Amino acid sequence: MDLHQILSGIDVRADWIGLRYVKENTGFRLVRDGKPEANTRESKQGVMVEVLVNGQFAYYGTSRLDKAGIQAAAERAVRLATAASNYSLHSFGVDARPVAKGSYSSPFQTAADAFSPGELSDLLIKATAELKVSDKVVTTNAMARTVETESHFVSSNGSDVDQKYLMVSADYSAIAHDGGVTQKRTDGGLLAKSYQAGMEVFNEADVLARCRKIGGEAVELLTAEECPTGTMDLILAPDQMMLQIHESVGHALEIDRILGDERNYAGWSFVRLEDFGKLQYGSPLMNITFDPYVENQFASYAYDDGGLKAEKEFLIKDGLLIRGLGGMESQIRSGINGVANFRASSWNRAPIDRMANLNLEPGNSTEDEMIGSVEKGVFMTSNRSWSIDDYRNKFQFGCEYGKLIENGKLTKTVKNPNYRAISNPFWRSLKMLGNRDTFEIYGTPFCGKGEPNQIIRVGHASPLCLFEGVEIFGGA
Amino acid sequence: MEKLFKQINQTIMAELKEGECLGLSFSGEKSNFTRINAAKVRQIGNVDEADLGFNLILNGKRTTGSISLSGDFEEDLNRARGELGRLRTEVVQLPEDPYLVLPESKETSWSEKEGNLPEAEAIPGVLLPSMGDVDLTGIWASGRVYQGSANSSGGYHWFASDSFSLDYSLITPSEKMVKATFAGTEWDQAAYEAFLADSITKLELMSLPPKKIEPGDYRTFIAAAGVSDILSMFSWGGVSEAAIRQSESCLGKMRNENIKLSSMFSFSEDFSSGFAPRFNGNGEVAPEKTALINQGELTGTLISTRTAKEYGVESNFASEGESMRAPAMAAGSLKESDILEALGTGVYLSNLHYLNWSDMIGGRITGMTRYACFWVEDGKIVAPIENMRFDDSIYSFLGENLEAVTEKLRINPDVGTYDGRELSAIICPGVLLKSFSLTL
Repeated sequence: MDLHQILSGIDVRADWIGLRYVKENTGFRLVRDGKPEANTRESKQGVMVEVLVNGQFAYYGTSRLDKAGIQAAAERAVRLATAASNYSLHSFGVDARPVAKGSYSSPFQTAADAFSPGELSDLLIKATAELKVSDKVVTTNAMARTVETESHFVSSNGSDVDQKYLMVSADYSAIAHDGGVTQKRTDGGLLAKSYQAGMEVFNEADVLARCRKIGGEAVELLTAEECPTGTMDLILAPDQMMLQIHESVGHALEIDRILGDERNYAGWSFVRLEDFGKLQYGSPLMNITFDPYVENQFASYAYDDGGLKAEKEFLIKDGLLIRGLGGMESQIRSGINGVANFRASSWNRAPIDRMANLNLEPGNSTEDEMIGSVEKGVFMTSNRSWSIDDYRNKFQFGCEYGKLIENGKLTKTVKNPNYRAISNPFWRSLKMLGNRDTFEIYGTPFCGKGEPNQIIRVGHASPLCLFEGVEIFGGA
Repeated sequence: MEKLFKQINQTIMAELKEGECLGLSFSGEKSNFTRINAAKVRQIGNVDEADLGFNLILNGKRTTGSISLSGDFEEDLNRARGELGRLRTEVVQLPEDPYLVLPESKETSWSEKEGNLPEAEAIPGVLLPSMGDVDLTGIWASGRVYQGSANSSGGYHWFASDSFSLDYSLITPSEKMVKATFAGTEWDQAAYEAFLADSITKLELMSLPPKKIEPGDYRTFIAAAGVSDILSMFSWGGVSEAAIRQSESCLGKMRNENIKLSSMFSFSEDFSSGFAPRFNGNGEVAPEKTALINQGELTGTLISTRTAKEYGVESNFASEGESMRAPAMAAGSLKESDILEALGTGVYLSNLHYLNWSDMIGGRITGMTRYACFWVEDGKIVAPIENMRFDDSIYSFLGENLEAVTEKLRINPDVGTYDGRELSAIICPGVLLKSFSLTL
């Protein structure tokens, strides 16, 4: 469809009009115990028509793509904006939608259609066979998710942005059961291996090797001791740091939360506008970046859905909070420096402040140095449970797999490892930070926020991290 | 919308080839969303969308798909034919599915509930003036939701319903909050204003200086809104028969070790309220009521026809994911007026937040207290509490530590909008607990 032609033909009285067309095909295949559970593809397309009238934005999302349908949507949006402008929280100008011209294509080696449905199913069936390393493995799952997205944004002030993505997620899991004990192991947490990449992710030899390891660790956990209870040192693997960064840094720094937009749903934040430039968020080792250009990371892009060009920025530098996660609307409302993160989950939702690639930069310590420095502690990997309060303070997270650290060495495997803490003190207890050799990239398709609700993809990368003096405990 | 669905259904079904079985599903909505912060409009818009789902079965193989519909029959028929062609190409390449369910249901049903809703352009003027100076943040959602199902055996279902909901939080200057939802199908301005005024009155209780309580085990009352959050956890690793069979359910201990919850706890899937349609994605119609936990004993589970086929049990026509569509907990005998006196000294929790299994197999849930939560001494509210984390097992707080259940049931509408506006509601009472573990 020719969005330029449709935009030029729209006849309404508005200070600004934007059209954002999104087409997204999501394929999902799941094999359980060698049998197909799901082979599906969801194909969605539509246009978000957005207008600015009297300082108030209003939108109309429509799946009717012809000129008449979009004209009707624009007319309804103008009427809504006009009616709402008597009650606006903030009166915006056109500067909230900067002019953007450009394009982005995500990197991949092997195209989505290089694997036939039958070939991919066969691989997943083999994967479940590899996961079943013994009769104690009672359930095996192998899943593959591919997302192909096209987005085209044009506006009355001259924006013209084309962005295309191929995104691949995979997960392999084994549930082991014996003697009344049940344990599950996945490939780094549910769909944590989510990337902007192609079908090269499904390299058979790699996949099957990972599956054997996953199955073996699920069985190993059956006879493992319960994670000990106590206050001790904690080393978190990057696949758990993904969740740690996401929940206790990312959401807390979203400026729309700080401004109160989310108080009825996702919540507020312990961070206040006056904290930027002043709050020592974590130890001096802590450097958090918003980085939309990490190769293959899940939420890379060139422009956000408000037209702001994406740039790498430090949000926390040497532990000091210096910048928020807010797009142009939040930056205008708050006066706080932000980033290009005004994003919508699809054509049927308005953009809000979201995380994208939010990363903890690597430090200088080797893995051996970090483990060697711990007298008594636990190493935890792969998230399995997560919960945090509405201010992003009191969290409790659980992992799939733990190892005791005793006198500088990894010793016994422990099951049901959990920890709880409060965000600021926890990050200030960051004692050692792994070097680039320990740095790993993860992502998730499932970050929920917003009213109406939106699920969006985010990416997180981190090195290995050592926190001292953390409350650790085991299972029920 | 129904005309469009019927036309596509009739045309596509007539074009099926020998041996092909097809199920079609329709979901759509015409919605207004008005997002409010500080009793002002933060964002406002309409969403008009519809999707058509396909479930194609051929020679023991199955594939599914869905497409967006534009509302124009010719355009949508082209899209539907294109999707059917893609599915035909794919299905022959897939392995056989031994547990696939043929869309054989010939049942039909039809329901359209027309409401009385404010026009979209009128909504700011209808809602906001009554809020006055109170700090209110929330979401208005209104309009019509559509669901349909049809199959190549002749089954056909249609459900459409108008509804509105204003889900909101009121906030004091010291950041204490009260949560409420005003929902229905017939807009009544006077009733709305009275409901809002009542919430504002409740907010005044929150102006008392907050009390910080230490981690520990406390006598606790959880109001119905909080109980509904706990019950919703049973849709995730809970009452699904497949989850129990595959060792991914908190209720595995009840099935395998014959452990029971309190005899005061009874829980069912109950469609009698009429909020959600009884037909599932296959067009199968669930019983009006399925008892799941009866007086503390696991007596039933949600069983899809696929699960039934795999494990040789009888289907109760649950959805394919075997999640709850109409959860309902039975009332008890504790009068609302006696709650504080029965609690004595302890905590009163109106709402919970961000629940997750901290140990699914062990039945342990963690989460936060949120909104109007109070410290109570000798049957009197003393102060709001600072939010606390809890971490406790259903086998404890719905087992030996469940002391009483209120006699009044509350309707807790699902205001979720991730996959479109939800239609369901959780009906439940409040619960009084002898002990509940607050941990941080």
